[in-house]
Amino acid sequence: MADLRSDFLGIKSPNPFWLASAPPTDKEYNVVRAFKAGWGGVVWKTLGAEGPPIVNVNGPRYGAVWGADRRLLGLNNIELITDRPLEVNLREIKQVKRDWPDRAMVVSLMVPCDEESWKAILARVEETEADGVELNFGCPHGMSERGMGSAVGQVPEYIEMVTRWVKQHSRMPCIVKLTPNITDIRKPAEAAKRGGADAVSLINTISSITSVDLDNFSPEPSIDGKGAHGGYCGPAVKPIALNMVAEIARDPATAGLPISGIGGVTTWRDAAEFLALGAGNVQVCTAAMTYGFGIIKELTAGLSLYLDQKGMTLSELSGRAVPNVTDWQYLNLNYVTKARIDQDLCIKCGRCYAACEDTSHQAISMSPDRVFDVIDEECVACNLCVNVCPVENCITMERLPAGAVDLRTGQEVRDDHGDWTMHPNNPMARAAE
Amino acid sequence: MMTPGIAPGRLSADAYARNFNDLYPDFDPHEAMVAADRCYFCHDAPCITACPTEIDIPLFIRQIQAGQPEAAAKTIFDQNILGGMCARVCPTETLCEGACVREAAEGQPVEIGRLQRYATDRLMAQGGHPYARAEPSGKRVAVVGAGPAGLACAHGLARRGHDVVIFEAREKPGGLNEYGIAAYKTPHDFAQSEVDWIMEIGGISLRQGMALGRDITLEGLRAEFDAVFLGMGLGGVNALGVSGDDRDGVRDAVDFIAELRQTDDLSALPVGRHVVVIGGGMTAVDAAVQSKLLGAEHVTMVYRRGRERMSASDHELDHAATAGVKIITDAMPVAVHGNGALREVEFAYTRQGANGLEASDERFRLPADQLFRAIGQTLEATPEGLALEGGKIAVDGAGKTSVPMVWAGGDCTGGGEDLTVTAVAQGRDAAADIHARLMG
Repeated sequence: MADLRSDFLGIKSPNPFWLASAPPTDKEYNVVRAFKAGWGGVVWKTLGAEGPPIVNVNGPRYGAVWGADRRLLGLNNIELITDRPLEVNLREIKQVKRDWPDRAMVVSLMVPCDEESWKAILARVEETEADGVELNFGCPHGMSERGMGSAVGQVPEYIEMVTRWVKQHSRMPCIVKLTPNITDIRKPAEAAKRGGADAVSLINTISSITSVDLDNFSPEPSIDGKGAHGGYCGPAVKPIALNMVAEIARDPATAGLPISGIGGVTTWRDAAEFLALGAGNVQVCTAAMTYGFGIIKELTAGLSLYLDQKGMTLSELSGRAVPNVTDWQYLNLNYVTKARIDQDLCIKCGRCYAACEDTSHQAISMSPDRVFDVIDEECVACNLCVNVCPVENCITMERLPAGAVDLRTGQEVRDDHGDWTMHPNNPMARAAE
Repeated sequence: MMTPGIAPGRLSADAYARNFNDLYPDFDPHEAMVAADRCYFCHDAPCITACPTEIDIPLFIRQIQAGQPEAAAKTIFDQNILGGMCARVCPTETLCEGACVREAAEGQPVEIGRLQRYATDRLMAQGGHPYARAEPSGKRVAVVGAGPAGLACAHGLARRGHDVVIFEAREKPGGLNEYGIAAYKTPHDFAQSEVDWIMEIGGISLRQGMALGRDITLEGLRAEFDAVFLGMGLGGVNALGVSGDDRDGVRDAVDFIAELRQTDDLSALPVGRHVVVIGGGMTAVDAAVQSKLLGAEHVTMVYRRGRERMSASDHELDHAATAGVKIITDAMPVAVHGNGALREVEFAYTRQGANGLEASDERFRLPADQLFRAIGQTLEATPEGLALEGGKIAVDGAGKTSVPMVWAGGDCTGGGEDLTVTAVAQGRDAAADIHARLMG
């Protein structure tokens, strides 16, 4: 069994799986259940400033997108930060941390954008002996209308300012949680780093409307015939999250800044992908909300088995794929592949043909008896046939060896690297010099 | 109850109800979504080619996926107005589902038949009729036989504005859907509801108890109507041609099946303790399985050739075997023994001889108090002047017979495989051809 013990910013946990700040971490009862199930840590659901508690809607808080068998593919929520009194949360945090000293206890915070509010809350959190704080600059719904959450996360200067206050008024490690509802995720990450953040966590939820009721024309989830955008999460958002994590991991301005990866982690494999793209640990919410805390057993066993099979440690996995994330202009144009159809695996559905013939390059032929073949003269290796084929590994992309002729271009395949920066069609090409 | 001989009431009341309930119940909406999700929406889909009525199956399944089973049903009915019955009785394993790429890939096709039923049942349950008639053409067409071919033809003609009179020999319309198919495939009087629903198009009148050659003649119809469609099926039954064929307890399977379909009280229907069915087709299977379901202790189907030559599909034969029917192949009856009433059937194993199949010397006897003949049906009372081919009415591709302005389709013609769905296709296509001819 691979050693899954995790050290993130000096915060130790028995595994790198934390529950993200969200409904599952709103109170002691849930968090204790999570720890009993084996979760490595939690980010306690976001606390607000002292005063009258937050009020939530009394109608549905969640909307969803499902597959045919009701598999939950994406979830959106309009729940606000904790609606329980601050002192209750703080008391429970302190108690849980005392009872479960080996688990990570990070407290998420969202208070108004002034130094005094942050100073006040930080002092209260420190008393709980929690391991760190996470600044919620991410929630896109409700609180953002009041100048908090993503309203802060969308303005790098605010991020930097608040982060600086937090580092000034607290000794605790500080994680800045980023919103994906921006154009370039590197800017808020850089701002957090400038402000002194110890880490960033991402992504928070994506502004979304999951569906519209076509009878009463209300967005879902519908509250008395009206709907507001919510925050989208779950398996559907993972590709967006992976890219944003990778962008921060490979940006020289933020390289080395620890990242807590969040966004649709459902199985160990998703977690391993976040880790490979530079995350130091992962946070999970929707999968737990869908299946319960028991999934931690699959997550830990799966990651452990994978690491054993690879003969790799957790820290060796973290960031392993980052050097392979590059810009389009550096992709090797001399890497030439062609689609190949395994006729023994082909079930003759013709989806590759329809996709290629209707929407791509007319590079697949169809015989009267439904034999599908690739026309090398036309195949640009786009991979669409592979993606639409219902049989795994029936269609594969095979590389042409150096020296072979690409029948589409008539050119011999070269064995050296050649990318856009060197291409003759590029007026800015540098290689020819 | 092991009462010897042919006796009613062998089972308890709930056993009858259980045995003759829907064999494959309707999907609920969630089951339908899951089943529909398995469809790959194949390009130029093999299932469409395999359907004699060429229903756009991937399209209707996609319409189910998209939450509109009623639109899916319209796609089905556009090609096959008896899509509701075909969803229940088609041997899908040899047609659409047999051609499904998922059958090839994993031996588990998309459940097209059940999805078709899901869609058609929902539209039919809505009430109303999805088609409107065209402007009246002033033309009148006679349709002989209210079976699948006749109904499909009549609907196609009525839709196009022609007035149709259907002449049906029996008391009820529906043909084999009403009289000739196992009860558990189409319970709850579906055949009659479907006929009523089809007739809602308007412009079709039905005259029961009118048999061609007995009550009406082809010449008379030709004189009275602008065109005639013949879809009267096969009225005759082949005889065994062995001694003792006329003993008490020997019956035609089609009569047994019809009686079973028409009875209000299954427990009043007598069945043998030892039943033997001769034949290898769907009628033989339906008679054998239903005998078993009525409480017969031993039911044996005997076919003179090998299993691969049986016209009943593997799926049907497996169903029979599961129901407890014993299947013996390569044996033919040579004598029916008994003292007045039937007691035993004597068989000879068959072999290929110089002049085809012949009886060998190896013989065996099966105890029997009831014997059903299911060795094929024949055309009876063919009107003079109609050219025949292989004992059935000869037609061209569009169903035209050798007699001017007379078309034919369904089992009385030689074209199809004697399936409901092929009869529908022939009736439908004949309607299109008749219309073109009448309006041309």
